[in-house]
Amino acid sequence: MLPIIQIENVEKHFGRTRALRGVSLNVSESEVVVIVGPSGSGKSTLLRCINRLEEYDAGKIIVDGITLDSAQNINTVRREVGMVFQSFNLFSHLTVLQNLTLAQHVVRNRPRQEAEEVANKLLKKVGIPDKAEAFPMQLSGGQQQRVAIARALAMNPKIMLFDEPTSALDPEMIKEVLDVMTNLAHEGMTMVVVSHEMGFARAAARRIIFMDEGQILEEASPQNFFSNPQHERTKLFLSKILHL
Amino acid sequence: METKPPLVAEEERKLALIPGAEPSTYMDPWWWLVILAVALALVLIFTQPDYQSIFHFILPGIKITASVTFASYFLMLIVGMIGALGRLSKNFIFHGLSSLYVEIVRGIPLLVQLIIWYYVVPSVIQKIGNDTGIGFLMNYRANPLIMAVVGLTFCYGAYMSEIFRAGIQSIPKGQMEAARSLGMSYFQAMRHIILPQAIRVVLPPVGNEFVSLLKDSSLVSVVAVADMTRRGQEYMATHFNPIPVWLFVALMYLILTLFSSRLVSWLEKRTRFER
Ligand SMILES: Nc1ncnc2c1ncn2[C@@H]1O[C@H](COP(=O)(O)OP(=O)(O)OP(=O)(O)O)[C@@H](O)[C@H]1O
Ligand SMILES: [Mg+2]
Repeated sequence: MLPIIQIENVEKHFGRTRALRGVSLNVSESEVVVIVGPSGSGKSTLLRCINRLEEYDAGKIIVDGITLDSAQNINTVRREVGMVFQSFNLFSHLTVLQNLTLAQHVVRNRPRQEAEEVANKLLKKVGIPDKAEAFPMQLSGGQQQRVAIARALAMNPKIMLFDEPTSALDPEMIKEVLDVMTNLAHEGMTMVVVSHEMGFARAAARRIIFMDEGQILEEASPQNFFSNPQHERTKLFLSKILHL
Repeated sequence: METKPPLVAEEERKLALIPGAEPSTYMDPWWWLVILAVALALVLIFTQPDYQSIFHFILPGIKITASVTFASYFLMLIVGMIGALGRLSKNFIFHGLSSLYVEIVRGIPLLVQLIIWYYVVPSVIQKIGNDTGIGFLMNYRANPLIMAVVGLTFCYGAYMSEIFRAGIQSIPKGQMEAARSLGMSYFQAMRHIILPQAIRVVLPPVGNEFVSLLKDSSLVSVVAVADMTRRGQEYMATHFNPIPVWLFVALMYLILTLFSSRLVSWLEKRTRFER
């Protein structure tokens, strides 16, 4: 079966910074891939290229059979790909319920009642059914991030991208978010996750990808990645994050 | 011991969680100043015959001032919005044109701009008419009122577009990215996500522009518009009594500006509650 995400030799420059230097990566359906690597190694950039929040300069990305080129294709792909950000990015002028229903309405043309049913179901699923009428600012960080996940899920994406979803959270809230993500992984969602939560990587990832200086240096199953890293860089990186 | 009814306490607790929202039911004390100014005007009109005749003479001017102000304000909101989108656009031409517009307009005094619209633009049009032989252009006569509204709109639109631009830029980039990642188009994201948030940010400066415009509209008296200021000048020219005329004109402006700035801050409070 064809991989649902195909990334071939993608290059990305920011002025003189080479953020991605020929990255290739395939993700198959229902696979969970965790990307790790030092700061500035291009993890976010790679993730953001997958739904074209960032344009790449060379190479090719095909998502669910759709090549990311024309504006039309980009919007089609964005409908299939949900994204969760480090800083939640909930719409602060809308209630939790409206955060979940707006795009269903505007993008998917779902009638209000149906959109609200979807939203309430998802709020139950992420464990905050009683916050539908709250505003984002009235929620804790962990609750906000769970709303953000529900908001992305409301579009019925085939793929979910997570960019350090727990690194802006207080330690006691990390688990509640990771639990939601782990459940999602077990349900068979295709996920690409940038995260240094090694517990999550062990529990949910099929593959771990190590990036450094805009390249994929190493990829391995979680087991091999931790017990038997190949590159010196990987070892150095692991020694740093595992000591933290 | 003081205990609040549970419902009120609950409402207050909810509000306390929304930054900037506080329960306030008391009347803004500045309204008293508006009332005082209106009362003073009424007393003058009804007890002093010369103020009464000044009032009757100036009344059409008040209407003109109000219409010029409202018309220009409405138009400049549109011009400002287009200008702001231009300044934020990645399109080279759209961006360049709106930047040029803003920079040029901000460098020329409003009075000079009004004079240009009233005296220079029509003669240029007539000249073009003469050169090309198009009769319709040759006989072009400027309508003072229209030129005044165009001039005010053109000038204030530039300032307005800077206010809108700053307001839009004050909304974190992540809001747009989140909207786009959900599949919304740029314009859907602007309309549903960015602008509703930006409006709250820009409401105070945009409201203050109304008050400034109201005062600056007095400049149109120079270009043949019979606004409040011009009517005052005309009255003074025939009656030679500067003190009551200008006292009264100033009082009228004061009432209008005090009233509108109260209205602005009332609106501001309301949008903070309306969530
Ligand atoms: N919008 C941008 N403009 C200029 N340079 C950028 C931009 N975004 C990223 N970069 C640069 O590209 C490189 C890769 O950045 P990226 O954000 O992808 O790294 P990262 O692996 O996600 O790092 P972190 O762990 O800190 O989030 C860095 O050198 C960064 O400075
Ligand atoms: Mg990053």
